[in-house]
Amino acid sequence: MKALIQQLSEATGPSGYEAPVRELVKSAVAGLADELRVDALGNLIASKGSKSQDGLRVILTAHLDEIGLMVTHVDEKGFARFATLGDALPQTLIGARVRFLNSAQGVIGGEQLDSGEKLHRLDQVYIDTGAAGREKSLVQVGDVAVFDRPFLDLGQRMVGKALDNRVGVAAVIEVMRRLETTPHEIYFTFTAQKVVGDRGATVAAYGVDPQLAISLQVTPSGDTPKARLAEIALGHGPAIKVRDSGMICDPRVVRWMTETAENAKIAYQLEILEGGTSEARAIQITRGGVPAGCVSIPCRYLHTSSELIDYEDVQKSVALVVELLSRPVPWL
Amino acid sequence: MSPSTTAKQASPAIGPAQIELLERLCNAVAVSGDEREVRAIVLKELEGVADQIQVDALGNVLAARRASQPGALRVMLAAHMDEVGMMLMEEEEAGVFKFETIGGIDQRQLPGKAVLVGKDHLPGVIGVRPIHFYSAFAELETIPVEELRIDLGPENGKKAKPGQRATFATRFWQAGPSLIAKALDNRLGVATLIELVRRPPENVELLAAFTVQEEVGLRGARVAAFALNPDLAIAVDSTPANDLPAWDGSENVSYNTRLGMGPAIYLADRGTLSDPRLIRHLAATGDALDIPYQFRQAGGGGTDAGAIHRQRTGIPSVSVSVPGRYAHTAASIARRQDWENTLALLYHTLERLTPVLLEADR
Repeated sequence: MKALIQQLSEATGPSGYEAPVRELVKSAVAGLADELRVDALGNLIASKGSKSQDGLRVILTAHLDEIGLMVTHVDEKGFARFATLGDALPQTLIGARVRFLNSAQGVIGGEQLDSGEKLHRLDQVYIDTGAAGREKSLVQVGDVAVFDRPFLDLGQRMVGKALDNRVGVAAVIEVMRRLETTPHEIYFTFTAQKVVGDRGATVAAYGVDPQLAISLQVTPSGDTPKARLAEIALGHGPAIKVRDSGMICDPRVVRWMTETAENAKIAYQLEILEGGTSEARAIQITRGGVPAGCVSIPCRYLHTSSELIDYEDVQKSVALVVELLSRPVPWL
Repeated sequence: MSPSTTAKQASPAIGPAQIELLERLCNAVAVSGDEREVRAIVLKELEGVADQIQVDALGNVLAARRASQPGALRVMLAAHMDEVGMMLMEEEEAGVFKFETIGGIDQRQLPGKAVLVGKDHLPGVIGVRPIHFYSAFAELETIPVEELRIDLGPENGKKAKPGQRATFATRFWQAGPSLIAKALDNRLGVATLIELVRRPPENVELLAAFTVQEEVGLRGARVAAFALNPDLAIAVDSTPANDLPAWDGSENVSYNTRLGMGPAIYLADRGTLSDPRLIRHLAATGDALDIPYQFRQAGGGGTDAGAIHRQRTGIPSVSVSVPGRYAHTAASIARRQDWENTLALLYHTLERLTPVLLEADR
């Protein structure tokens, strides 16, 4: 799975422009799905299995998109100002290299600030594509870029751009591979436009009309020096979400997940996330309502060009989801 | 910018009749949640023109024109009828009312402005202490809306009630190449849609939605899009042009849009990542027919597309706006030429639409 994670991390797929990474996923799951389709917003929906008497129509999602940068203006000297697709802190951008969908490249620079105490605002940073003036610029208003950063294998730990959420995408693909028998009709859904507000999941869930939803993504860990308080640490296994700022997970789903993990002897932790949410938030309130829960992979340095995760957490997350979906859901 | 291409002649034009319609639309009072005046104009203008017309539960006007051939793309065009404004809250004494703002209004724009209240357009003033009674300019600070009142006078005050809406009393006028009025956001869009329903391209099924409550959260568009369930959607709006030079002579790098540069095609705003296929199609149409256009800078703000594209299983959407300076104030300025080019770009974009466009990967 490591090779797949690397490939996905290095693929390009900013919000709204997920085609390159979608193509990659499409080829990875082509032989595994009964049916494949791409909807109007760019969600890739791969269905597998048919519903047995004690089975459910289940949606399992992982978002494809990553933070993007869109050029808003190229000034007379050739520097490109930009807006972000999804949220990124300007101070984490400076020094990062970027690659445009049209294959132009550049580096992010910042204006001189009048005080060392201040942080850059987004309108004080820019992309330098090396162009010696507006006329020479290879990028124009509307061109979109992502971080340009090779994958780094640290053994147990891995670093890469867009590991949020390509590691979740890899995990869902791995679940598809490993899931041998299931009573459920499962819609493995690789969603678009998550980081701009769960937009892909909103319409995908409407289309699938599921009876149960699970989202797989990363969650910020609290195990770094002076980190924001979060009882989440790398290497402690998948985080089963209890609540976040956008949703309260169905308590039956949370119990089902924790009990399944305990029975299968898979280490897990409980996630309460403040200041963030999952696309399961949108799925939960689709149509007449959907019982929903999340399996999260702990991650450091989210929304920067170097996100860090633990490989064992990924493998255990896959194992947990395979366990969950291999049998009928006991509480329905 | 050659206007001589033959194809261009086919699009509806802006003449005295269209300007007169825009004037009536801009002078109407239609603050979010009470769009009756604009709705009445729309219904009257489209009477006998639309193949089907209805007013839905929230007050959206939905007007359809059938295509000449079966199997045509069903295209939703949305323009919001409502404008930002004020609502009377409570009468304090003879004709003096507390009020609140509806939609995004800069409070510094309020003091000293003439307003029109309710369906009778009762004239009033947002009162302010005159400069005579200040000892120093330093005292002139922003007055919060809680401390402001609308003064209708004792007689008209009796005809007004809490809950009634008010707008700035600015009258529409033309000044050379410019259109000056309140509520150009979005009566320009409403007027554009009316012209397109009157003279629709025949290859598409045109589903025009004149929406309510955009300024308070895209509420009308949401239910309209659910009901219409179109193949694709274009929101037609007016977006701010913040294009004046910077005070220190430095390059203005955040203008949003610029007057005179043609219709603004949206790439990304707070609510929508425009469908790239539709962006490309609009730009290709402009390029092929020499219709000027500009890309609106990505960033904040939003249009009805933000609600529309998330309905049902997803609706490919984009927005096109006429740029206007000083939006959401008592007087904004747009260019007639930008409006004409917006109408032309929309008409020909629709005329050149085929289902093949949406068969490609986004």
